[in-house]
Amino acid sequence: MSEADHSSAYRREFLAEVEREVEGGTWVKMCMQCGVCAGSCPFGPHWEHSPQKIFMMIRAGQREAVLRSESMWLCTSCYNCVVRCPRQLPVTHIMHGLASYAQKLGLAPKLQATRDFSLQFWENCTRTGRVNEMRLTLGLYFREGLVAGFKQAWAMRTVAWGLLRAGRLNPAELVGGHRCADANGIKAMLAKAREIEARRKAQHGH
Amino acid sequence: MAEKNYAFYPGCSSQKGASAANYLTSVNAVCNKLALRLTAIPDWNCCGASISYAGGSELSRQVLNARNLALAEKHLPGQDVVATCAACWLAARETREQLVASEPLRADANEALEVAGLEYQGKAKVRHMVEVLIEDLGLETLAKPVVKALEGLKIAGYVGCQTNRPFGIAGESFENPQYLDRLIEAAGATALSDYDQKVTCCGGALAFTEPEKSQAQIKMIVESAYDQGADMIVTPCPLCQANVEVYQSQINEKQGTKLNMPVVYYSELLATAYGASAKEAGLDGHLIAPDKLIDAAEKR
Ligand code: SF4
Ligand code: SF4
Repeated sequence: MSEADHSSAYRREFLAEVEREVEGGTWVKMCMQCGVCAGSCPFGPHWEHSPQKIFMMIRAGQREAVLRSESMWLCTSCYNCVVRCPRQLPVTHIMHGLASYAQKLGLAPKLQATRDFSLQFWENCTRTGRVNEMRLTLGLYFREGLVAGFKQAWAMRTVAWGLLRAGRLNPAELVGGHRCADANGIKAMLAKAREIEARRKAQHGH
Repeated sequence: MAEKNYAFYPGCSSQKGASAANYLTSVNAVCNKLALRLTAIPDWNCCGASISYAGGSELSRQVLNARNLALAEKHLPGQDVVATCAACWLAARETREQLVASEPLRADANEALEVAGLEYQGKAKVRHMVEVLIEDLGLETLAKPVVKALEGLKIAGYVGCQTNRPFGIAGESFENPQYLDRLIEAAGATALSDYDQKVTCCGGALAFTEPEKSQAQIKMIVESAYDQGADMIVTPCPLCQANVEVYQSQINEKQGTKLNMPVVYYSELLATAYGASAKEAGLDGHLIAPDKLIDAAEKR
């Protein structure tokens, strides 16, 4: 194998990895680099790598740069890209899939607030089957410690007070809160789902 | 009016004491008038929203939604599932379409559901409350119970993202949907058809984690409503409602603006036009009081 062949095989390796491991990954090769998605993200100017660029980087085998990128974590799930992409790529899902895969591999940027929030949200909503908004909010404020947490909570005091008066925030949720009767069934069901996924991966994998 | 029955998926934010509690209040008032009977899916669970992707695997998130669909099929057979929240609707409908399209995926989901004693057969359809109003009843029927036409009220219809994309309301454009303006007109109010930020993203869940970036979006959404001479913004989405209303005071603190634009649900508008009191229409659930709507509700 010549040098050039070898490097292109290596490059394709990351594409294959994305196809295998990432939600919607098999669509990446269909991207025609038109740039429509790149102009569609609400936080677009803050994305170092637009979805278009990320797809190009995947095909160029830039594994580290893609998986360590902060950009996917700026996706607001607005679905502009999905309805506009001429090739109908599920761009939103691929962004979430890449972020989730990066997280699984421990490559996701550590101090990324959206990464933390995403993890906390899943934890929160699967604990009892229902979201506990009170815990979710405080969990986010206090993620960087007590002092930062109180500072954030203080900055938000007028908002919190307003919500409280409007009957849209309930401090009692800190101790109790809404829950599903079959919270245990939900936990068992989710454990089973992960088990099935592991089994599938072992079947289709290497 | 013949009664119509639906398996109702209220979603976490609609619960008592949660951020969209008043949305549910107003929806109940509207449904009573229109003979729409909503029966909550027994023991429904959270949809996972869009933001849980880093914590929940693909199948876990699908199974979470399939559980609600299976419960609806079991306890409320033959009824469409109806969600009021855009994110609930999206997550549940996306799951339904994925499971219906793929036999192997459905088998996997059912293997997991079995642990909780459930099975999803792919029958129950998933719809948004707005779809029910427009498709099952129609604008003419929606205008009939109006006893207080909201004449002279100028409204910016803010559709946002997830009620509009990727599914949207059948036959509507993603970039310039019209249905919300038609709903506003059914209540007798004036829809500002030149409201250019009607499908702009408010930041969604990232309003918590990327406040600066989201508040720049929210500022655009509110300022454009002012530019059009709006009395208030109307939206179908609980997260849009909360974000666009709640953060105006923060934007004012940081930037010295004087934003104070009420943001209400389409259902609060309809409920008020149907003669509900301010409380019944959920109008007491705001940080920025929708004064003109409250006046209309209190006028006997
Ligand atoms: S819009 Fe679609 S085809 Fe165009 S660059 Fe983005 S993903 Fe590729
Ligand atoms: S869904 Fe995400 S990737 Fe797509 S346009 Fe919106 S922010 Fe960009």
